[in-house]
Amino acid sequence: MEPNILAWTILLLPLAVATLILFFGKNFPGVSALLSTGSALATLVLAVFLAHPELIGGDPGITGGVQSAAEADVQGIKSFPWIDLGENLRIDIGFKVNSLSQGMMLIVTFVGFLVHLFSLGYMKDDDGKARYFGGLALFMFSMTGIVLANNFVMMFIFWELVGVSSYILISHWYTKPSAADAAKKAFLTNRIGDFGFMIGILLLWKLCGSFYFNDIEKSASSINNLFLLNLSVILIFCGAIGKSAQVPLHVWLPDAMEGPTPVSALIHAATMVAAGVFMMARISFLVVTADVAANVITWIGVITAALAALMALQQDDIKKILAYSTLSQLGYMIMAQGLGAHGSEAGMFHLYTHAFFKALLFLGAGAVIYACHHEQNIWKMGGLFKKMPLTSITFALGTAALIAVPFSSGFWSKEHILEEVTHAAHIKGHMAVFWIGIGVAFLTPFYMTRLFIVAFLGRGRTNSADHAHEVSPIMLIPLILLAFVSLISVYFGVPEFLKSEGKSATFSDFHFNQTAIASMIALVAGIALASVFYLGKKSDPISGIPGVSVLRNKFYLDKIYQGIVRWFQDKVGSVLDWTDRSVIERVFSRIPAAGAMSLGALLRNFQVGNLQVYVFYIGIAVLALILLLIF
Amino acid sequence: MIFFFYLFAALAVIGGLGVVLYKNPVTSAFSLILSFLGLAALFIQLDAYLVGILQILVYAGAVMVLFLFIIMLLDIDKEEHRKMGGFSATGGILVGVGFFALVILVLWKSGVGYEQGLPALVGKGDNGTSDVHEIGRLLFSKYWFPIQMVGILLLSATVGVVVLSRKHLK
Amino acid sequence: MESTLTLQHFLLVSGILFAIGLAGVLARRNLLIIFMCLELMLSAANLSLVAFSRFGAENGLPDYDAQVMLFFIITVAAAEVAVGLAIIVALFRTRETTDVTQIDEMKF
Repeated sequence: MEPNILAWTILLLPLAVATLILFFGKNFPGVSALLSTGSALATLVLAVFLAHPELIGGDPGITGGVQSAAEADVQGIKSFPWIDLGENLRIDIGFKVNSLSQGMMLIVTFVGFLVHLFSLGYMKDDDGKARYFGGLALFMFSMTGIVLANNFVMMFIFWELVGVSSYILISHWYTKPSAADAAKKAFLTNRIGDFGFMIGILLLWKLCGSFYFNDIEKSASSINNLFLLNLSVILIFCGAIGKSAQVPLHVWLPDAMEGPTPVSALIHAATMVAAGVFMMARISFLVVTADVAANVITWIGVITAALAALMALQQDDIKKILAYSTLSQLGYMIMAQGLGAHGSEAGMFHLYTHAFFKALLFLGAGAVIYACHHEQNIWKMGGLFKKMPLTSITFALGTAALIAVPFSSGFWSKEHILEEVTHAAHIKGHMAVFWIGIGVAFLTPFYMTRLFIVAFLGRGRTNSADHAHEVSPIMLIPLILLAFVSLISVYFGVPEFLKSEGKSATFSDFHFNQTAIASMIALVAGIALASVFYLGKKSDPISGIPGVSVLRNKFYLDKIYQGIVRWFQDKVGSVLDWTDRSVIERVFSRIPAAGAMSLGALLRNFQVGNLQVYVFYIGIAVLALILLLIF
Repeated sequence: MIFFFYLFAALAVIGGLGVVLYKNPVTSAFSLILSFLGLAALFIQLDAYLVGILQILVYAGAVMVLFLFIIMLLDIDKEEHRKMGGFSATGGILVGVGFFALVILVLWKSGVGYEQGLPALVGKGDNGTSDVHEIGRLLFSKYWFPIQMVGILLLSATVGVVVLSRKHLK
Repeated sequence: MESTLTLQHFLLVSGILFAIGLAGVLARRNLLIIFMCLELMLSAANLSLVAFSRFGAENGLPDYDAQVMLFFIITVAAAEVAVGLAIIVALFRTRETTDVTQIDEMKF
C-alpha cells in the first residue's frame, strides 16, 4: 500500500463511518457500534503500518515528513488543495508524516480502539448507542486530522472538530441538565482559547508568510521581531490552554466528567487534551526561539499542575479526582513544552505513558461505577477489592504508574521532565518550578492513595458497593491490556518516534541523581501520609480543617468565573439595552414608523373606496402619460 | 362616400352619447346597439367586411342581448332621482373633454396622411382574395398559438361564469 | 373640408367615441351602464385599428394583422362580458344594488 492511500484512508475512514452512522445508524445501533469499533481497529492497524512502512514493503524513509504543498507529491502523499490564492496564501488538506505524528497516531488509535471495545460493554443498553458511536468515530476523524495536519489552518479546522465531537459526546445524556451544561461549558471555554489560537496563527502567518509547519520552521530563525514572535507563540499557546485545560481555562475538564466514562477516558485523559500538548510539540522549534513565551508556557504548566493536584485532594467523585489528576499531569506536559527541545520530547514521552495509564484508570473507574450501579462517590464504595479483584488490580497498576512508582512507565517520563527542569536555565526561577514539581509529585501519590484506600479497601459502605461484582469480559479485556501496556509501554520502542531533534526520550536516559531521590522521597511520603490518614476511616478526616474547604471548592474559581461572566454580561447587556432603547428604537424604528404613518395618513385620503374615483385617477394618469408621450 | 361616413359617424356618436345620457339602462343598451351598428358600417366602409359583420353579430347581437337579458333579470330601475352631478360627473366630463382635446392635439400635431385618401385595393374582389380567406389564413398560420390561447380563455371564462352563477357563492 | 376621406376622420370619430365612453365610465353610477361604456371604448379602439389597417394598405391589400387583432379583441371582449355580467349578477345577489357608490369597500 502506498503511503498516499494509507494516510488518506486513516483520515477518511472514520469520517465515512461517522457519516454513515449519524445519518443511517439510528435504527441499527448494534451494527453502528461494530462498524465504529471496526474502523477504530482498522485505523490502529493502519497507524502501525504508517509508523513501520517496512511491514508492508514500503520505504522506511518517509518519516521525513511532507514539507509543503510542492514537496508533498514527491513524498508520495498527495495533498488536497483547498484554498489557493497564489504564493502567499495556499492552504491544503495535507499530511505531515514524521516520527512525531506517527507516534501520536499510535497512541490515539490504540487508546481509541480500546475505548471503543470498552464502550461495547459499557454502552450496551444505552438508547443513544448509535449516536454515541457515531460521535466516537467523528472524534477519531478529528483527532487524526490534528495529528496528521501539515499546516496550521487544517489543524485549526480539526481542532474545532474535536471541540464539536467532544461536545456531542459530553452531552450524550443531554436530557440531564448537568451534562448539557458541562458540554456547553467545555465548548465555550475552548472557544476562548481558540480565539487566541486563531489570532496567533494569523500573526505567525504575517511573520512567516506561510501556514505550513515546515515553512515556518525554515523561516523561524530569521524572524527579527521577537515581540511579535513571542506574542504569536503565546496566542497559539492559548489554544493549548483551552484544549489541554490549563489554568485559567481548566474549568471545563472536571465538568466534562458528566459524559459517559469511556468518553472521559478517551477524550479527557488520553487524546483530546493531549492535542494541546501535541500541538506545542509540533511547534517546539518556535518555542525554542521565543524565550518569553517559553517562560509563560512553563509557568502556566506548573501552576496548573500544582493547583489541580491541590484541588484533587478533597474531591469525592472518583471521576473528578481522576479529572484533576489529568489536569495535573497535563500541567507537567505543558510545563515540559517550555523547556526546549529535550523538554518537549520529555513532555511527549509523558503524554505517551500517561495516555495509557490514564485511560486505564478512567476505564477502571468506569467499570467500578458500572458495577456500583452508577455510584460515583468514593465514600459510598469501599471493599471493592474483594468484589472485583481483576478490576482492582488493574486499577492499582494504573495508580502505580500515575504516582510514578519506580520502573512503571509513569516513573520514567516524570523523572525525565523533572530532570529537564533542572537543566532549563532559560526559564526564570527554574529551580522553583522544580520544587513545585516535586511538591506535585508528593500530592499525586497522596490523593491517589486516598482514592484507592477509600474505594477499594476496607468494607463496603452502601448496598450498591456490597452488591458489586466483576464486570463482563469485554470490559475487562481493555483494562487488562491497558494495565499491561501501562507498566511496560516505555519498552515498546514507540517513544522512539516522539522526538523532535533526532533524539528521543526513553527510559535509558534515566540517571540516578538528586532529582530521582527527591521524587522518590515525595512518593513515599505521599503514600505513607495518605495511608495514615485514610486507612479504615469512614469519612474524610481532614475535611474539617479550616482552609481545606477552599480545595474542595476548587479555589472558588468556578464561582469567580461565574461572577465575572455575570458582571460582564450585565454590563454589556445594559449597554446594549440602552443602545437598543434610545438609539436603535428611535432612529431605526420610531422615526421610520412615524414617516410611514404620516405618509399612510396622507395617502389614505386618496383611497376613498369609490370605484369611480379610482377610474378618475386612472384617467388623469392616462392623460398625463399621453401628454408626456407627445411632448 | 363622405356623406355615408358622416351619416354613420353621427349614428355612432349619437348612440354613444345616448348610452351615457339616458337614465334607463334599457334605453342605454339600445343606444349602444345603435352605436355599434354605426361602427360596423364604418368598418364596412373601410372594406373590412368580415370584421364589420362580426361587430354586428357578436356585439350588436350576442353581447347586447346578454346585456338586455341581465338588465331584465336584475329588474333594475332607473337611477332614481339621482341627477348626474357631483364629483363623478364633473370628473367624467373633465377627463372626457381632456381626452378629446388631447386627441385633437395629437391629430393636429402629427398631420400624417392628412391629405391622403383611401389607398386603392387591387388584390381583393372577385378574382383576388377575400377578408375571410386572409384572416383565416393568418389565424391558422402566424397566429396559431394566440388562437389556441383564446380557446383556453373562452373555456375558462365559461367555467368561471358557471361558478359565479351558482346561487350560494362560497 | 373637401371630399377626401382621410385617416384623421376615422381617428377623430374613434377619439370622440372613446372620450364619450370614458366620461360615461366616470359619470354613471350604474354598473351595467359603466360596463356598456367600457364596451363602447373597446369598439372605439377597434375603429382606430381598422382605419390604420385600411390606410396602411400595401400591395393593394389592407393590413390583415390588424384585423386579426380585432378578431381577438372581439373574442376576448365577448368572454369579458360574460364573466363581467356574471360578477354583476353575483354582486347584485348579495348587495341588491348595481350602484357603484354603494360598493365602496375597496379601501383599507
